[in-house]
Amino acid sequence: MRLDRRGFLSSTALVGGAGGLAAGLAPSFLLSDSARAAEPKKGGTLKLGIAGGSSTDSLDPRTLTDSVPTTIVSAITNALVEIDAKGQATPELATSWATADGAKTWVLKLKEGVAFHNGKAFEAEDAVYSINLHRGENTKSPAKSILSGIADIKASGPHELTVTLTEPNADLPYIFSDYHLVIVPKDFTDWAKLIGTGAFKLESFQPGVRASGVRNPDYWKAGRGNVDRFELTVINDGTARLNALISGQIDVMNRIDRKTVQLLQRAPTVAIVRSTSGQHYPFLMLCDRKPFDDNNLRLAVKYGIDRQQMVKTILNGFGTEGNDHPISPANPYYNSELPIRPYDPDKSKYYLKQAGMADFKVTLHTSDAAYAGAPDAAVLYRAQAKKGNVLVDVQRDPADGYWDNIWMKQPFCMSYWMGRPVPDMMFSTAYASDASWNDSYWKRPAFDKMLVEARGITDFDKRKAIYWDLQKMVHEDGGNMIATFADFVDGRGAKVEGFEPHPSYELSNFRIIEKAWLKA
Amino acid sequence: MIFKLALRRLALGVITIFVVSVLIFSVTELLPGDVATAILGQGATPEAVAEIHRELDLDHPAYVRYGRWLEGFLKGDFGNSLTTNEPVSVQLVPRLMDTLALAGLAALVAVPLAIALGLLAAIFEDRALDKIISTFSLATISVPEFFMGYLLIIILATNLQLFPSLALVEPGMGIFERVYAMALPALTLTFVVMAHMMRMTRAAVIDVLQRPYIEMARLKGIKPWRIVIQHALPNALGPIVTVVALNLAYLVVGVVVVEVVFVYPGMGQYLVDAVSKRDMPVVQACVLIFALVYVLLNLLADIVGILANPRLRHPR
Repeated sequence: MRLDRRGFLSSTALVGGAGGLAAGLAPSFLLSDSARAAEPKKGGTLKLGIAGGSSTDSLDPRTLTDSVPTTIVSAITNALVEIDAKGQATPELATSWATADGAKTWVLKLKEGVAFHNGKAFEAEDAVYSINLHRGENTKSPAKSILSGIADIKASGPHELTVTLTEPNADLPYIFSDYHLVIVPKDFTDWAKLIGTGAFKLESFQPGVRASGVRNPDYWKAGRGNVDRFELTVINDGTARLNALISGQIDVMNRIDRKTVQLLQRAPTVAIVRSTSGQHYPFLMLCDRKPFDDNNLRLAVKYGIDRQQMVKTILNGFGTEGNDHPISPANPYYNSELPIRPYDPDKSKYYLKQAGMADFKVTLHTSDAAYAGAPDAAVLYRAQAKKGNVLVDVQRDPADGYWDNIWMKQPFCMSYWMGRPVPDMMFSTAYASDASWNDSYWKRPAFDKMLVEARGITDFDKRKAIYWDLQKMVHEDGGNMIATFADFVDGRGAKVEGFEPHPSYELSNFRIIEKAWLKA
Repeated sequence: MIFKLALRRLALGVITIFVVSVLIFSVTELLPGDVATAILGQGATPEAVAEIHRELDLDHPAYVRYGRWLEGFLKGDFGNSLTTNEPVSVQLVPRLMDTLALAGLAALVAVPLAIALGLLAAIFEDRALDKIISTFSLATISVPEFFMGYLLIIILATNLQLFPSLALVEPGMGIFERVYAMALPALTLTFVVMAHMMRMTRAAVIDVLQRPYIEMARLKGIKPWRIVIQHALPNALGPIVTVVALNLAYLVVGVVVVEVVFVYPGMGQYLVDAVSKRDMPVVQACVLIFALVYVLLNLLADIVGILANPRLRHPR
């Protein structure tokens, strides 16, 4: 197996299991970064085989929910802000941003001299139109909730955007990096023939089958948009995808099955790209009803899981241990002084006793809908928790209708979350009392208050102190048992360069098409 | 006579198709969730669901929606897909053509091969060749289709690199290029459907070969292959054609797994996507086409059976 060098280094550095090692490797990691970014070669056709597409896909940015349409849209368009490989907001169509009144009103300067594929010059009114697609009463965009703090967005000049918020939010630039919030020309609606300012012009799109595009010769971003053409084939079957990569029919794939990743050792023409990420797989305990309204039971459950074994067995080592809060060790705000909760069956028994129980019988609902491997994780947990007298009955539900009938309805079930670049986006999406995705019904006014307070602070250290406290609160009291953070495991052919690991999403934050280049 | 029978069968077929459409509609109503929650998945907040319902006009009871769909269908309009908002035919027609092309290619190989092998097995009944043919065809039918597909991929695509593991066909491809791309899925399907047809050919021909008139022919000194081709096969044709028709229908409607393994853009994957997204107009259109294929192929089998059998051709 040829582990991607940068991926290997960055992930070992971030796992932090060996602190000294991480410190020792950091400089070489940076060196290899600049060395590799040096000389992208132009030309060639990039062939991708991607899972996560359906014949019901559309390129309307308001409908993006899975990898295939998102990867295509990311090749055709740009957002205002990009997240770099270290998780920081960097300029894309917005060249700079500033706030004068404590993060309540933001002024974004937009890039000049950029044109859409139809020749129209990019201006502030295009950005206003594009963002407003996701706002207002009648939109069905999944990005609606993250934009709910925006009171008004207007063009204050041909290349200047003024955003007024209902309350201060220092993370506004990160919000504009969301993959739904891409920029299209004002009044554009012909989504089947999507145009943007991106590195590639859409050539063909057959939902659930394939898409192709040709390089935009006028692309404005240095070092990106290197290949002449991309051809993307939807391959939802994991074995078919892997075979296509090994036999050279495709150059790039996503979601290598963690169980078979070892088999790639036999294929010298293939490398894996591993990205440490904030993607996590919580066991959800609903805190507003029996039995989990008693925190003793939540703690008994949390001490009953062997996190190391979960990472080793369920993720085949491609992940890191979680600490029952959603901020991953890769995040700059991660509370590194909070010890990871150990596997301690005696503590489970102790908390059961506090709750007045000798043993605790509970049904855990699981399904492949939560994530591939969720039923395995449930069965493994049953064996682990038994030692602490937490007696789990695993019920496997059909993937069809799981989010409808089980999630947020059954008191103990499994789920998944993608990571967010900043803690505020994670906490306000799933942990604030009024969040519609508060999927454990954990509601604490003290938490809400601190969350709002942190949102308005622009000083990193002051915010970090608050986020450390919030992580501790969720860790000690929350309804989420988060035992693992899962890496993204993508694959590439040996001639593909520029496929850098990225903490946000797979396929280098869905931007592999504009980043990749091919060695001769 | 044949026209009358064909008309009667056709009328029955229309009723079958109507019943199928009612059945499919009610079964999908019974499934948990609807198009809104299926599209939104984990992101299904009540507001978003209500918004999609309003936009797609799903607020009406099931029988009203069915009535509207039926009305459109009778006017020749399959309706719009609920998820992409395009007319169903936009995606359906090319996919149907691709599925028919794959089924046709597999049938072109499988049917003559199966009948020839069945005849050989019948001629050499209980001898070594018969045993070999029977064992081989039973082995291929006992392996699940997806496994057969993977097996062929590993041997012919990954190791020997003879054929592509992905059957990527696209409009504008040359015929040879297209057949080359479709080689592995067609081969997989051939293995899957061959055994059934071959066994039936063998059994039917052996059955006929035991009749007195064949004995008579043998005594007259006619060569064995002539007996089989000229005397036995025509009389065994009825059951063989029926089985061939069933397998042809299977080639069109039962190829979902093979399509997934080889990433072939046919009807199967489209139907599966539509069911999981509760995209009713698409499901209805796909299922009706499948039902139509069954009805027509069975009708064809009946007619061929009658033509091949003088007693049915001239009823008393």
